[in-house]
This record gives sequence, structure tokens and C-alpha cells, in this order.
Amino acid sequence: MKRTISLTINGKTYTDEVEPRLLLIHYLREVAGLTGPHIGCETSICGACTVLVGGKTVKSCTMFAVQADGRELTTIEGVAAADGKLDPVQEAFWNEHGLQCGFCTPGMVLSVKHLLAANPNPTDQEIRHGLDGNLCRCTGYQHIVNAVKAAAAGKGGV
Amino acid sequence: MIPQPFDYYAPATLREALAMIASGEHKILAGGMSLVPLMKLRLALPEHVVDLGRIPELNYIAESGGVLRIGAMSTHHDIESSAAVRAHCPLLAEAAGHIGDAQVRNMGTIGGSIAHADPSADYPAALLALETKIRIVSANSDRTIDAAEFFVDAFTTALEPGEIVLELQAPVEDQGEGYCYEKVPHPASGFAVVGVAVRVKKAGGKIAMARIGITGMGPRPFRDSMAEKMLESGTEIGQATQSIGQGEEANSDLYASGDYRRHLARVHAARALRTALTRAS
Amino acid sequence: MATTVSKPDLLVGKSIRRREDPRLLTGTAIYLDDIKMPGMHHACIVRSPHGAARIKSINTKPALDRPGVAAVFTGADIASLGAVPCAASLPGLRVPHHHLLAQDRVYYQGHPVAVVVATDRYLAADAADAVEVEYEPLPAVTDPEKAIAAGAPAVHPEWADNIAFTFHQEGGDTAQAFRDAEVIVKQRITSQRLIPVALETRGVVADWRPGEKSLTLFSSTQIPHLMRSLVAGILGMPENLLRVITPEVGGGFGSKLNVYAEEALMAFIAKRINKPVKWVESRRENFQATIHGRGHVDYFELAAKRDGTMLGLKLKLIADLGAYHQLLTPAIPTLSVLMMPGLYRFKNVTADIVGVFTNCVPTDAYRGAGRPEATHGIERMVDMLARELNMDPVELRLKNFVGNDEFPFPTATGLSYDSGNYAAPLKQALAQAGYPELRTEQAQARKEGRLMGIGIATYGEICALGPSAALPAGGWESATVKIEPSGKVTVMTGASPHGQGEETTFAQMAADALGVGIDDVLVVHGDTAVVQYGIGTFGSRGTAVGGAALFYALEELKAKVRKFGAMMLDTDSVTLSGGACVDEKTGKSISFAEVAAAAYHAKKLPPNTEPGLVSTHFWEPPNFTFPFGAHLVVTEVDRETGNIEIKRYIAVDDCGKIINPLLVAGQVHGGVAQGLGQALWEQAVYDDTGQLLTGELTDYAIPKAHFMPWIESSHTCTPSPVNPMGVKGVGEAGTIGCSPAVVNSVVDALAPLGVRHIDMPLTPEKIWKMIAQGGQA
Repeated sequence: MKRTISLTINGKTYTDEVEPRLLLIHYLREVAGLTGPHIGCETSICGACTVLVGGKTVKSCTMFAVQADGRELTTIEGVAAADGKLDPVQEAFWNEHGLQCGFCTPGMVLSVKHLLAANPNPTDQEIRHGLDGNLCRCTGYQHIVNAVKAAAAGKGGV
Repeated sequence: MIPQPFDYYAPATLREALAMIASGEHKILAGGMSLVPLMKLRLALPEHVVDLGRIPELNYIAESGGVLRIGAMSTHHDIESSAAVRAHCPLLAEAAGHIGDAQVRNMGTIGGSIAHADPSADYPAALLALETKIRIVSANSDRTIDAAEFFVDAFTTALEPGEIVLELQAPVEDQGEGYCYEKVPHPASGFAVVGVAVRVKKAGGKIAMARIGITGMGPRPFRDSMAEKMLESGTEIGQATQSIGQGEEANSDLYASGDYRRHLARVHAARALRTALTRAS
Repeated sequence: MATTVSKPDLLVGKSIRRREDPRLLTGTAIYLDDIKMPGMHHACIVRSPHGAARIKSINTKPALDRPGVAAVFTGADIASLGAVPCAASLPGLRVPHHHLLAQDRVYYQGHPVAVVVATDRYLAADAADAVEVEYEPLPAVTDPEKAIAAGAPAVHPEWADNIAFTFHQEGGDTAQAFRDAEVIVKQRITSQRLIPVALETRGVVADWRPGEKSLTLFSSTQIPHLMRSLVAGILGMPENLLRVITPEVGGGFGSKLNVYAEEALMAFIAKRINKPVKWVESRRENFQATIHGRGHVDYFELAAKRDGTMLGLKLKLIADLGAYHQLLTPAIPTLSVLMMPGLYRFKNVTADIVGVFTNCVPTDAYRGAGRPEATHGIERMVDMLARELNMDPVELRLKNFVGNDEFPFPTATGLSYDSGNYAAPLKQALAQAGYPELRTEQAQARKEGRLMGIGIATYGEICALGPSAALPAGGWESATVKIEPSGKVTVMTGASPHGQGEETTFAQMAADALGVGIDDVLVVHGDTAVVQYGIGTFGSRGTAVGGAALFYALEELKAKVRKFGAMMLDTDSVTLSGGACVDEKTGKSISFAEVAAAAYHAKKLPPNTEPGLVSTHFWEPPNFTFPFGAHLVVTEVDRETGNIEIKRYIAVDDCGKIINPLLVAGQVHGGVAQGLGQALWEQAVYDDTGQLLTGELTDYAIPKAHFMPWIESSHTCTPSPVNPMGVKGVGEAGTIGCSPAVVNSVVDALAPLGVRHIDMPLTPEKIWKMIAQGGQA
């Protein structure tokens, strides 16, 4: 039995009929057409699907779309300004080479935004533990740590 | 990796929820951190799912009369960051901060976690060390039991069909108590290979009270009363922790054998106790 | 017409932030699963749950009866199509026919048995569950040494001994070297099976266009052109009617240097159902059905004089190939043999490979591909020899390194090391670490009962793969440079990258060569209908071979631009600089755009010159390149738990000239992470029945952020004479240098207990048992 859900993603309201079993990640990617969040596993480990729900990071592959009914979401598509100006975290990732293949990056950027919102001046260890829910197979994380520090220091902008 | 179809219900009140699940044929969705992956892998195939996520009356943290009450739908992040928990049961806040990762802590709930009773979950060690009580309700019952009675076996609790966890009741830790949660996380899953939660009180340079809860080592979490008594009667930490887990069944898997888990429980109990003592006054 | 142009700074050698990043950072990049087409169907593959079984029956009807299902295909439907290709050839190689779907038997868990196609991925998954397959489980064998023991179950019934091939190579006179030896060190050393875990799993979209009888295949691959040739071959369709497009690729590490059954299957299905079809691998499928890496059991013997002079090396290599040969499966262990002498001068080596079938998914190239195993072996052996001789491992290495005056150095395995200064990175690492002080600190730690270790590995690797003689489908690479009529520059590279950053580094090269701004250059790749034939990105070859092709294409095009510039400026000496052609004598200049327009408008042409500004160069490298380096790792082992802490990680790598230091650092860090993964955590484990026990990311541990130490990365620079830029390649260096340095460090920490060797991964329980048993585990 399908249910109607209505939610706000990146400031825009979406109303759709969905099967209860539809995972939020599939709703975002296939119904809402937001393919920035990715799928890298099915066991809630990799974090490539990370989005903000109510301002907090969640793995959208481990949540049903019906659970997001009425909530406010931000995906990577909603992080840069409307005029295309990158968010300081995105700028910092760019400057510090915090990404290679880019597949983990949308989730990583949202986790970093969440991390810095709660802890504006994290230590290296706080950054590393704060990103435990986001796997990257390319960078060895060092440039990601640099990017987080740069963003925290207000060096995101060019 | 797609779940099978199911009917979904999202009751707005506890009363409504309890009426729905009275038949015992419904699977309860709390934070979903364990249930959703199991459904995706088709290891769980519920036909009816009741989502408790829209019941505000299950989401609270409040202290009154020396007891900290935590609603079942409080997330790990709520607990980790709650001023009340940090002030009154800092051990629980510390354990919550070790669970999974930030995303899991934002979604996962204490009620869902304990009802799932994963033998490698973090909370049970702290709940046992804190001598927590668990209030369980159904459409026609309301009972409160000790955490020690709640955890029966791996993935098995004292919950009867139609019952849910309503709240956790933890006695407020005394001022001056020391506490510590030490964990060896599995490198892949992040679950506890072994987790040890301890509380200590000092009096006259000696340990006046010790509580030790252990998770991950065996199929169910346990309190080690013998080690507690030895510590309270003046046995030094190294010796008192030598017998931890004796007589308890230990789990083996690819990453760690039962013997190693038992050994880790002893080593980390000693370390947790030493840290707790430095925090005690 | 301007009269003065200041020469801009060159971009090559600078840390330029990547031009591919904005799309990746904003979620607008298009990966395989982001592709949507009208009428697109979804495929879900039914796979064997058994490691070995006979298929007694398949009933597809329950699946066909389900909603949205368009078709179900089984082995019978594809029996007449070609096989999954193996490009490697060795004398006497046994090649099982690798059908796209299992026929009467399955040979590994994850073996594809049927494909269900439905209108939606949820319906396809439901229907796949409804396919009824009756299996008769058979005995399986998953350990390569057990597989070649008497009485083992035969993976393929036609070859009872499970031996796919044997391979012998020798150089010099090993027998004499061992007779002359005063010390012989022997050790069995394993390099465990690893799972590559590109964060994006594999995926394919196939789109059949009946009117044109053409097919477009989107695939997350490292090798679009080889994919086109090989899939066309499997399907028996004209290659020029098949177009392969690689969208954004979310990591490969060798696992996408392959042609899998699914590419040909989706092409076949799209044609059969006359609709586009998409298949995206789940992570579980990725673990079960995408190639694994490593899987070597090596028996080494090293012969030396008491003064430390190394004389000869013997290796018996038992390679776990899995159930089939994928594209390069049998060739990977031969790369180990090539690099087994490491950086050392000795000339006597003997190697025997036994390639073994097991009931596991095939192994193939994974970051390093044969070289990490070889390096791990020789670097462990050198440390063991140092211990035996009571020599400092640094001294032993320095004594045996190929000398700076010996290049090009012919190795006993038939290679010619291009250039080197092998002591330089080692000495730099030692200086950075404060080696003598570290040893003093270690002595003090040991007095206190602490287990501190200092581990060194010096590695050499074979990169820039490679001369065509060494690669089955050619080892050259191609580049096309087009200057458009407006003066904008388009570079097309055959070396399709997947995260390495060639859109930036190749633009740096083109901008420098043509004297234009980097923003005027676009680098295009990964579409066989647009880009000239190429080989791909793997084996640290993107820059060293693909970049060299670009270098020559740019040289050719520059010559033509100069001709136009000279004509227009009426001079005979023109340079390209600052977006203009400049008359060197007068300083007069004409803009690049004006020259480009003139070349296309063609109102007037220089003598013997055709209109247009396009050049294509296919470059055949004369040799491999041989990067090298030294990694130094300080560890401390927790005596009570066996837990290993990396206190310092120093990597000094020599990859020749560097085009973009920021990107090179990224390659080193990522490479070290994968090496550390092997050293400490990662291990694909099958049980005796062929069940993959590490079947998900909840069981198989790849490094998380907090697992990683800070990597102190620096470089020495010994240019390669093999290519005009002097580059060597860096994609695999970190992985190769890391694992022996870490293991050497931990063995050094445990040396007071008598520990001589530990096989990877160095899990805490393994170490704890060794400590508990006084080093005897």
C-alpha cells in the first residue's frame, strides 16, 4: 500500500506516493532526481549516502522514505549557494585535494559540515573519529583532515 | 539490496502504537539502525512495520527524585550530548559516544538498541554497571525490571510479544564517583569486540564501591559481581580483574576468539578501573 | 597586435587544484548509476550461494510470473556466446571456458546463474528471489596449498591437479650462488587475498539501437577501448557499432581493469528485450564476484655471504587464481617474479610459479598487482638476513643496492632498471626520522619492557606499463590535441582516468606547451566514439605513458602552430607564450586565437601545410619506468593486547619528475592506506566449503579515518630517461612500500621475544598470542 509523503529537500517541497519499503536514498536518487548522494554498501558502513535530515547527518540507505515524511533534508546539491558559489567546506576540499574519485565526497562534505557545526575547532583526532561513518578508499584521509582544518580556520574561501 | 514489501504504520501516540502491536505480529521500527540493514539483506522479512518515530511522548530525558529517566526513542546522540545525562549518568553518555559513527548515533535509539540485544552493542555494559531499570509496557501491562533480567541471550530479551521498552531508569551517580567505558571496536563494523563499563567510589584511599558491566565478550552482557566484591574488599585491580568472565560463555568469530575476548575483558576492565579511579574524588 | 608578452609561470611542477572537482563536490558528476534512459529496465543477477555445486534444475517461471518482469535468462540462453576473456597467455596455460552464466556447474560463491530483468530495480530484486535453482553441493577447495595436495577436490573436473600453469624463470647461476653462500635464510611468506573495494561498485548500462544495429555500453571501467574490442568479440558484433562510454568512475584500483560477464550480459539483454538495461552491483556482489587481489604463498630462500653480500634468491610462488582467469589473472604472479630482486645488485635468481585453481572468485590486478607481493617478500627476507648476520638492516641494504653508476641496470629477471639513486630516499628517510636517536630510544624502551619497533622497507616497482611486448593488448598510449578555431584547446587521452586527476595534469602540460591558460584547455576521455583508441589507466601508466603520448602530440601541434605564426608574423622564429605566438626577434606577437582562426579559415596556408590544428600521437614506450623509495615506520606494540600503534610513518618516494605535487601526495597517502590495510586489517576469508566469510563491509575492514597515521611524505627526484618528461609513476608506490615497512617494524618490536616473521594481517590477537607464547606462535 503506497503512502503519500511530503518533505522539503534543499528548500523545495516534494510530494510523492511511495511504497513503504522505498529507501530514502532511492527516493532521493530516483524519485526526486538528486543523484549526488551515492550508494556504496548495504550495511550502513560506508556513508556515501549521507544527507542531513533535520540538520543531522543520517545514512539515507538506512532509512525509509516514509520516515522522512514532513522533515527537512539537505543533500549535497543544496550545499553550495544558489548562485553556484561553493560552501567553505567544498572550497576547502577543493583547495586541499580532499577527494580523488569523488564517490564518497558528497557524503563526506555533509559529515564535515555537521562535524564543524557541533565542534568548530576540532583536533585531528576529533576530525578523524567524527568521520568514522564515511569511508574513502582513495585519499588515505590525510587531505580530508587538512580540508576540515582549513575550513575550520576559515580558509575555505579563495 | 532491497527490502521485501511491508505494510507501514506510524502511530502518533503510545496508546495507538500499543493497540497496533498487541497481536505481536508487528515488527517495531525505532531508529532502524539494525532493522533496516537486516531487511535490506532480506534477513528480516516483516510484513507489518510499526514506526515509533512519530510518538513525541517516547522521546525525553529528565531527572527527578534521584532517577534519570530516558525515553526509549532518545537517540544515542541525544544521550551523548544531553546535559542531564552528562551530569547525572556520565558513564551512559560516554558509552553512547562510542556507538557506531555520527550518523548511526543521530538515528539510532536506546530503546531500539537494547530491544535488538546485539551481543556486541555498547549500552548493555553501562546499563548493567549503572544498575538501570527498564520499564516495559504493552496495551494491558506495565512492568519495570532490572537490566540484568532484560538481557536474556544474544538477540533475546525479556520483552514479550506486544511489549515495547518505554523508558530506562538509571539511578543518578553520586558526586565524586569515577566512571569509564573502555571499548575494543571491531575494525570493520565498529561494534564492541569487548566493551567494559565501570563505576567506582573511593573512601579513605580504597575502593568503596565497584560496578563492572561487560559487553561483547559473550552472547549476553553481564555484571561481574565477583570482581566487584574483590575490589570492594581491597584486592588490587590487577588481581581482581584476573577472574573476569570466568564461567561466562565467550563468543568466537573471525576477528577474535573467545579466549582473546575474555583476555581483553580483563585487560580493559583493569584499564577502565584505573581511569575511573583517576576521575573519582 | 600586441608587442610585448611577459612569459607566464609554467604550470607543470605546481600544486594546481583539480579541474574535475567542482562537479564532484556539488554532486553533479554523473556516475554509472546516475544514468537514466526512457524505458530503461533493471537487471538483477541470481548467484550461486555455493562454492562448488552441480546445477540440477532452474525454474524461472515463478520469476517470470511476477509483476514488471520482462525476461529471465539462464546459462542455456548464452551458451553460444563467447567467453569472458583472458588476455594473458603463458605456455601450457589451462583456460577453462568462462561462460557469461553458469552452465551445469558453479565454481565459486557468487557465480552468476541467471539474470532477471524487470521494469524497476525493486521488482527485479523480488523476482530474482523467486528464481528456483536446485543445487547439488560438491566438495570445494579454497586454499591454494590444499588445492594442489593429493586428494583435493578438482575445481574443474577436467584438471584433477588444480594446476592452471607452472612457470619457471631463472637468471644467472642460482645453484652456484647457493653453493657459495655462507648464510641461507628461508621463509614462507604469504600475501593474503584482498578485496579492492572501490567505493563505487561496478555497473553497466546497455542501450541497443535497432535501427542502427548499434549498441552503447556505459561501464564503470578503467579500459573503455579494450572493453569495446573484447565485448564486441564476445557478442560477435562489429566493433565499430559498439560504443563504450565511461561515466565518472568511483575508483578502480585494478578491479575495473577487466571485462566481466556483466558487460557482455547487459549488451546481450538490451538487444534481446530491445530496451536499455541497467545493472549495478551490490556491495555483497562486489565482494563475491569482482576480482580479488594478492593470494600468494611464497617460499623464499636468500643466499648471502657473512659480510652481507647477497648472492642469490629462490622463490616458489603458489598463486591462488580462483576458479577462472579474468583478464590478466595468470599474468599477475609473473610480475612478482620480475620484481623479486628488488633494488639489489645480485644476479642469480630462480622462480617457480604454480598457478592454482580454487573455488574462489578470480584474483587479478589490485593496486600494485604482483609487485607488493614481491617487495614484501624481498624486504622481509633482507630484514631476516640482517638479523641473522646481526647487521643493521640499513647497512645491509646500502651494501647491496644497485649503484648509481650501474644504470641502466640489467636485472637477473631480464629487466633494465632505467635510473636510480636508491640510497637517496633511504638516507632522507633516516635523516627525517633521526634514525640513530630512534635506535637509542628503542634500546631505552626495551629496558622498560616496551615493545617499540623501527621498520624500513626500500622498494622498487615496475611502472608505466609498458612496452607493448610486455602487455597482451599493447602497452602504448594515445593522445589527440585539437586547437579549436577559437583557440580553445581540447586534449583527448586514451588513458581513461578514474580519480587520478589527468583532467588537471594533462591540462597543465598542454597549457605550458601551447602557452595558453589552463582554463582554455579541456581534457576529454572515456568515450570510444570521441576519443582515439587507447589502452587505459592502470599500472601507474597514466602520466608516464599517456602523458608522454600527449607530450609528443603537443610537440607536433606546436610545430604546426609555429608555422602559421611565422607566416602571419612574417618571421622564422616563433615561440608560444602567454596565449600568443611571439616573434623572438622583434617581440611582436599575434594571439593564439587569431592563429587558430587562420588555420581553419585557411585563406592562406604556410608551405606544405594543411588546414586545421589537430595532432594525434600513439606513443610506444621503449621501456618500463622503475620508481623507488624508502618507507620508515615506527610502531609500538601493546604487550597486553597485541594492539599495534603506528607512531610515525615516513615515506620518501622517488617517482622522477612531478607534474602536480598535490596530486602526487594524494596518490602516496591513498597508496599507503591500502598498504596499511593489507598489513593490519584486510583479509578475504573463505571457509572450506567456499563461503566468503568476509562478505560485507561489516566484516572486511578497510581503513577508516582514525586508523590512519599522519604520513610524512617527501620525495627525491631521479628523472626517468624513458619518457621526455622524466616522470616514473606514483599510483602504486605507497601500497608497495607500506606493507613490508610495517611488518618489519612490528617484527623489530617483537624481536626481543625471538619473533622472526609474522604473516599479514597483523591482527591484535595474532600478535597477542605471539607475545603470550614468547614469540613461538
